[in-house]
Amino acid sequence: MKTLAFTKIWVRNARVWHSHILATLIGNLGQPFLFLIAMGYGLGRDVGPINGLSYLQFIAPGLVASSVMYAAAFETTFGSYTRLAMQKSYEAILMTPLTVTDLVLGEVAWGASKGLISALIMVAALPLFGVWPSWWALGLLPLLLVAGIFFAALGLIMTALAGNYEFFNYFISLVLTPLFLFSGIFFPLDTLAPPARFLFSLLPLSPVVDLARMLTYGRFEGPLFLKIVIPVMVTLATVWLARLLLQRRLIQ
Amino acid sequence: MTPLRAVSGRVPSMQTESSPQDQPLASPAGTGAPHVVVVEGLSKYFGDRLAINDISFAIRPGECVGFLGPNGAGKSTAIHILLGLVRRSSGTIRLLGAEVPKHHQEVKAKIGVVPQIDSLDPDLSVEENLLTYAGYFNIPRRQARHKADELLAFFALENRRQEIITHLSGGQRRRLLLARALINEPQLLILDEPTVGLDPQSRHLMWERLDILRQQGTTMLLTSHYMEEVARLSNRVLILDRGEIVAQGDPEELITEMVGTEVFEVEGTDAELDRLAAEFSQCDATLERASGKLYIYTQEDCTRLVHLLGEQRTWLRRPSNLEDLFIHLTGRSLRES
Ligand SMILES: Nc1ncnc2c1ncn2[C@@H]1O[C@H](COP(=O)(O)OP(=O)(O)OP(=O)(O)O)[C@@H](O)[C@H]1O
Ligand SMILES: [Mg+2]
Repeated sequence: MKTLAFTKIWVRNARVWHSHILATLIGNLGQPFLFLIAMGYGLGRDVGPINGLSYLQFIAPGLVASSVMYAAAFETTFGSYTRLAMQKSYEAILMTPLTVTDLVLGEVAWGASKGLISALIMVAALPLFGVWPSWWALGLLPLLLVAGIFFAALGLIMTALAGNYEFFNYFISLVLTPLFLFSGIFFPLDTLAPPARFLFSLLPLSPVVDLARMLTYGRFEGPLFLKIVIPVMVTLATVWLARLLLQRRLIQ
Repeated sequence: MTPLRAVSGRVPSMQTESSPQDQPLASPAGTGAPHVVVVEGLSKYFGDRLAINDISFAIRPGECVGFLGPNGAGKSTAIHILLGLVRRSSGTIRLLGAEVPKHHQEVKAKIGVVPQIDSLDPDLSVEENLLTYAGYFNIPRRQARHKADELLAFFALENRRQEIITHLSGGQRRRLLLARALINEPQLLILDEPTVGLDPQSRHLMWERLDILRQQGTTMLLTSHYMEEVARLSNRVLILDRGEIVAQGDPEELITEMVGTEVFEVEGTDAELDRLAAEFSQCDATLERASGKLYIYTQEDCTRLVHLLGEQRTWLRRPSNLEDLFIHLTGRSLRES
């Protein structure tokens, strides 16, 4: 029973979300859809096929992965910081039997859920753009869940370090935007010069984009094992760090 | 008025809930029931700043202890340490018979808190706030609904049930905060300035409700800057200044002992006040001069000297009160600059 205490925090956030569901969905889904149209449809007509996929087909899975990143990270930065600093929700929660660990797990689970919701809506809309996912696409569920957990925990780390909302501008410009641009969503990494290729493949969104593309079309290549194990380990470490930093921030 | 039946008569049960090795310290000599709060040698540094300096106190079941002190004295810090929201630098704490922070999780299930800073969920309705909070205590849904109904009636919030918090007045929010603190039927209620910013009507309503809870045996730790509130509700006061306890005990006794029985406040020119001060030394009284005023705190009946005041423009004779004690112990100057 105690191990599920974090679900109470998930429920609390879901209750609040329920009251402005539309605004957040548009906020989270707007950008990836606009990119899909502008780049995939607009630019894609003049770009040849990549690895046998049309340009729109090529970028669609990566954009799904990026929507998880944005939705999860925004929730645990702007959303969590509001609960921490403005609404004092964390203080209220910690006056009950819930612990900082419950709080972190609840917030991360919630951020990951929002990421997953955004991604699922996008995947469901892909056929509208002529992209038909394979049955393998069901495997996106665990993949994007792990990605959601990672980016939610990363956002929570930023919240634990933030002194005000402006701080998140650094996070967006210096972390999220580079990840969005250089993780292989818009161009294949394996044709780059080796140093750039190595560097970009280290970015945490890169394996997610890669795996998302393989699962969407059911075409697997390269060593999969490390691409799965390393992100899972990194994700666990990130959650652990988020807990440590939030504990420091909350209990002085 | 719906009586909060479940709140009453729960205090004795805590003996059975503490583990055997917790027993000895929990039961003070001479009383059957264990202390609800026992704090010994508690200190807290924020960096170099000593916010709490070696304080010790205990609260018995059913007591309402008024926790007083100027701004920045360390009241909220002490409360946060009790709740594990701030780490202590040194000292020991037992709550409801159990050592904390070790047993915080079990103990916090039996504590209710009204925080100094409003922490209601602004996007949720009145009822959702209560039910969400009940969830944190793992209270079953049906029971939580029942308790929420009872509390909304008790705090005159029934017709605001579906209202979003941002639509409530300050008084309604404060009442809801107290209702929320009671959702888990706490054995110990910690109130950090529960009536701050309320109009007299709302304050009286809060006092009435707190009085009912007190009569039902809920143990309370009450912080407030309204001396009248503390005088009304507490059987005992703890006065904190610069992180140290400067007095604790029965408020009436402390006032008589440290201040006196009556107070004369006299306005006048310096010369007039000097003359009066000299005359009043015939009587057992303590004198204080502050901003053009003479304060005379009498330790015996000084009625025989009242005629001396006849020619003064303004003077006032009144019984001494908690505010006099507070000023006596913590001074007249502003603490926070
Ligand atoms: N997180 C913190 N970091 C550093 N200093 C702090 C922190 N919290 C409180 N303090 C300091 O500790 C002292 C005690 O503050 P506290 O909030 O406990 O006072 P208080 O008695 O509750 O005052 P008030 O009546 O104004 O609510 C103050 O000097 C305050 O500045
Ligand atoms: Mg305070």
